[in-house]
Amino acid sequence: MLAELVRGDSRIHRLDPRVKIVIVSLFSVLVAILNRFVVLTSALALGLFIVLLAGIPMRVLVRRLVPVNIFILVLWFFLPFSYEGEPLFSVGPLVGTHEGVLYAARISIKSNAIMVVLIALVASTSVFTLGHAMGALRVPAKLVYLLFFTLRYTHVIHREYLHLMNAMKVRGFRPGTNMHTYKTFAYLVGMLLVRSLNRAERLRNAMLCRGFTGNIQSLSTFSIKRADVVSLIVMLTLIAALGLLEWTRMV
Amino acid sequence: MDENGLIIRLQDISFAYSGGTEVFDKLCLSFHNGDRMGLIGPNGSGKTTLFHVIMGLLKPSAGRIEIFGKPVKGEKDFREVRQRIGLLFQDADDQLFSPTVLEDVAFGPLNLGKSQGEAKAIARKTLEALGFAGYEDRVTYKLSGGEKRLVSLATVLAMEPEVLLLDEPTTGLDEATGKRFVEILKGLGLSYILVSHNIDLLMETTNRIASLVNGRLSLDEESVPHTHIHTHKYGRSSHDHGRI
Repeated sequence: MLAELVRGDSRIHRLDPRVKIVIVSLFSVLVAILNRFVVLTSALALGLFIVLLAGIPMRVLVRRLVPVNIFILVLWFFLPFSYEGEPLFSVGPLVGTHEGVLYAARISIKSNAIMVVLIALVASTSVFTLGHAMGALRVPAKLVYLLFFTLRYTHVIHREYLHLMNAMKVRGFRPGTNMHTYKTFAYLVGMLLVRSLNRAERLRNAMLCRGFTGNIQSLSTFSIKRADVVSLIVMLTLIAALGLLEWTRMV
Repeated sequence: MDENGLIIRLQDISFAYSGGTEVFDKLCLSFHNGDRMGLIGPNGSGKTTLFHVIMGLLKPSAGRIEIFGKPVKGEKDFREVRQRIGLLFQDADDQLFSPTVLEDVAFGPLNLGKSQGEAKAIARKTLEALGFAGYEDRVTYKLSGGEKRLVSLATVLAMEPEVLLLDEPTTGLDEATGKRFVEILKGLGLSYILVSHNIDLLMETTNRIASLVNGRLSLDEESVPHTHIHTHKYGRSSHDHGRI
């Protein structure tokens, strides 16, 4: 799972997680509103450079980019034809427009640029550290707990799912395309929901018994080092440069 | 605590789950300092419910609860109770919710207002006392069942409770881990109420046994000598059963 991704000890791994979160957030927001191709490709190049710096194996990178790009591929089937503008090509009765193709290309570059920096972030920081860093950055405690509980209990709920699945299999259940299968799967999902709800209730009780009052308590302390300050300044400058490039049209 | 060392006193507690099934009918319980009380009862008789009532997780429909000599009613009263009485849940997965062992054990002390340094020190000390030194950075959901149970115990002990409520603590443990649990429990010198179906375990770890039947507690103090006749393979060799 996510927590197991964190291997290696690169420059990026050693950065203060708070610095990483700030940089990645700013970068993602900026890239999302960029329009010019020269700026977008620079942003993508910057993202790829960061991933390389984090020493993430190509195999891992590609595997994580595939799902996003499958989604983007779907967009390529629709956008060129549904966007009004100058005709560029035609497939049967459908006419692809110049603007539509540009739009799809922009989305592709944007998504990939944002995804690569996110991968660099998640792959170089344990998710638990990430949660604590979010807490330290004053992200609402509820969100941080949500992240923790999701991570902690995905495993438990998955195990419950496997138990139920096995219980079904040992009694000869074989999924098919029929009402019985749909009904059984509905029971399975329903049962998982009920069990999760009950578990949440027990969990809350366990937390209350240990004096929980709703405040996030953390054992992690972060300290800003020289390298963090330098990286933050360099990255903020680069992000600002991308912004300038977009809006002042210097190039 | 009053002069008799009375810790928990339940008077005429009635409780029913929404849905109508009545669990307690004017249940009474007195628990004193130094008591090591066993609790038996059929499935669904309300053993876990009793613990939850004592901890203020469930509200009885009638009756009076006094803990440490003071009547407890609202959430605020129970907050203090929860610092001094530790509940070990039946399912360790409910108890361990932090990513790492150290964080989970430190969770209670942090909530009690200890500083990070103090909480860490308490957590380390507790883990070490239970023979879990070196487990600090282990991921909780990857522990084995036995490890989870003992680490759960550590999370409760880290709050330095005076009384433990143990809900079937050895169920699902292998014999060696079960023995280890019992040894640890005996070594703590705390008062506790222990729920179990294993009469041998109760005889070994408690000084009185109450049974929960028909919504009330009854103390069965008198020892009744009896034997069980049973058959199985390898019966000719000397052996014993289920005692941990």
